[in-house]
Amino acid sequence: MKILVPVKRVVDYNVKVRVKNDQSGIELDNVKMSMNPFDEIAVEEALRLKEKGIASEVIAISIGVTQVQETIRNALAMGADSGIFVEVKDTLEPLTVAKIIASIAKKENIDLMILGKQAIDDDMNATGQMISALLNWPQATFASKVEITDKIAKVSREVDGGTENIEITLPAVITTDLRLNEPRYASLPNIMKAKKKTINEIKIDDLKIDITQKLETLKVEEPSKREAGIMVKTVKELFDKLQNEAKVI
Amino acid sequence: MNVLVIAEHNNDEILPATLNTINAAKQIGTVDLFVIGHDCQDVIDSGNKIEGLNKILFCNDKVYENPLAENISTLIQSVSKDYTHILFANTANGKNTAPRLAALLDVMIIPDIIEIIDHNTFKRPIYAGNAIATLRSSDICKVITVRTTAFEKAIFGKKEAIKIEILSCEKTNLTKYISSELSRNERPELTAADIVVSGGRGLGSTENFQILEKLADKLGAAMGASRAAVDAGYVPNDWQVGQTGKVVAPNLYIAVGISGAIQHLAGMKDSKVIVAINKDEDAPIFTVSDYGLADDLFKVVPELEKLIK
Repeated sequence: MKILVPVKRVVDYNVKVRVKNDQSGIELDNVKMSMNPFDEIAVEEALRLKEKGIASEVIAISIGVTQVQETIRNALAMGADSGIFVEVKDTLEPLTVAKIIASIAKKENIDLMILGKQAIDDDMNATGQMISALLNWPQATFASKVEITDKIAKVSREVDGGTENIEITLPAVITTDLRLNEPRYASLPNIMKAKKKTINEIKIDDLKIDITQKLETLKVEEPSKREAGIMVKTVKELFDKLQNEAKVI
Repeated sequence: MNVLVIAEHNNDEILPATLNTINAAKQIGTVDLFVIGHDCQDVIDSGNKIEGLNKILFCNDKVYENPLAENISTLIQSVSKDYTHILFANTANGKNTAPRLAALLDVMIIPDIIEIIDHNTFKRPIYAGNAIATLRSSDICKVITVRTTAFEKAIFGKKEAIKIEILSCEKTNLTKYISSELSRNERPELTAADIVVSGGRGLGSTENFQILEKLADKLGAAMGASRAAVDAGYVPNDWQVGQTGKVVAPNLYIAVGISGAIQHLAGMKDSKVIVAINKDEDAPIFTVSDYGLADDLFKVVPELEKLIK
């Protein structure tokens, strides 16, 4: 069984992002970039399936500027077998990304795709669902538990009221939620090994996919700031404020 | 503009998220509601009394008893040509289904909108709410999910909308619903509650959360938690408030033992009044709270509970 894991290079989750002065976007110069945390969980889940003997091969794919190869290399250092890199200059929206990945998944005879439920930059939460729609595959989003036997994946999903359990027939798409697993750190020997692993480059032109973007970003601005209020000294004072000033209890 | 709102319901009743979504839809154009479910006559009967609806479409079929994205998206696709906009609430169901529908229609999803500038232009938070993007869509049909806390609720009136039955579509046999484990409690639903009492890692254990639950029950509040408390296993995951959990905006939000990580603040900073109780007076939660109390939560929470009648 071949698993494809799409990984995205994003601003590291510890970085406090700043809006550019001209409101054209987020300041990305000299900012630490990392693999999207939800995608790390996806890589980890794929590797565990390989270690259990369920998967035979784990391939990481990323689409973007030259530097996204570093993110693929991180996945290889965690233990993925090989990588696929599709170079594009501009940021693509999830629909285009889904079209590219869906077309490659068909060519590579992929049985299962695991990816993060959302990227922590644009917070779109869309690529996984879109890939499965384009391939007409089943989808299991927000997974907190995955068990695979033969061609069936039993997936527990995090939903609003608790957990939902579904069964999907492979090939399928699974998107990861936070509690699916704890991703491993790449060990030094594995980082060295990863340097020898292959990253295949696919030319975007060869895929014959229309990459016209349908959403245009007009402006990116700071959210309105909330003013800090007052500190109270005692519970009595707090109770009094809530009752008589804010009038909320 | 013709807008279709997909009703969020549990086959017994319309959930409040639907009402916020309808009010967002009214800012765009004429609004129809689509109820998809099974044995959901009560939902249809109450749904068509929501004020400002033009039509109510419904499909009442066993196939839709549990909302699988595969089945629901093809059903909505079958009526999509009549609409310029299709709106979902940004709930787990909406987030699961809307992007799949968008891809079927070859349009880009516009998720989690907080403001409507015009029928093509919308604002939405990015980077866990640390920035707000204004986006313009060139798609003929716009598939949107709505951050419900950013819009008022539509109300129920007397006038009934025209009912139209929609035929069900072919169902998938590749995805099967097995079961749900829903947390049962008597408290209000987290995203719809007037008051939310939320606990963090500072509580230290599941047992200690009981002192918060006592306070919540006295206030008639919903219970929430920070990601740290959920990850530590103190409370169930559906209590999580934050960018990757639930976004809430109640009248009163009481944060106890929560330091105030950015991702938590993104999920609650639009609350009307925020109270923070934390023994660390430098905790970032105090930069967004209206009333802060830097003290030991184990001492002050029971005291506060006693004061409330």
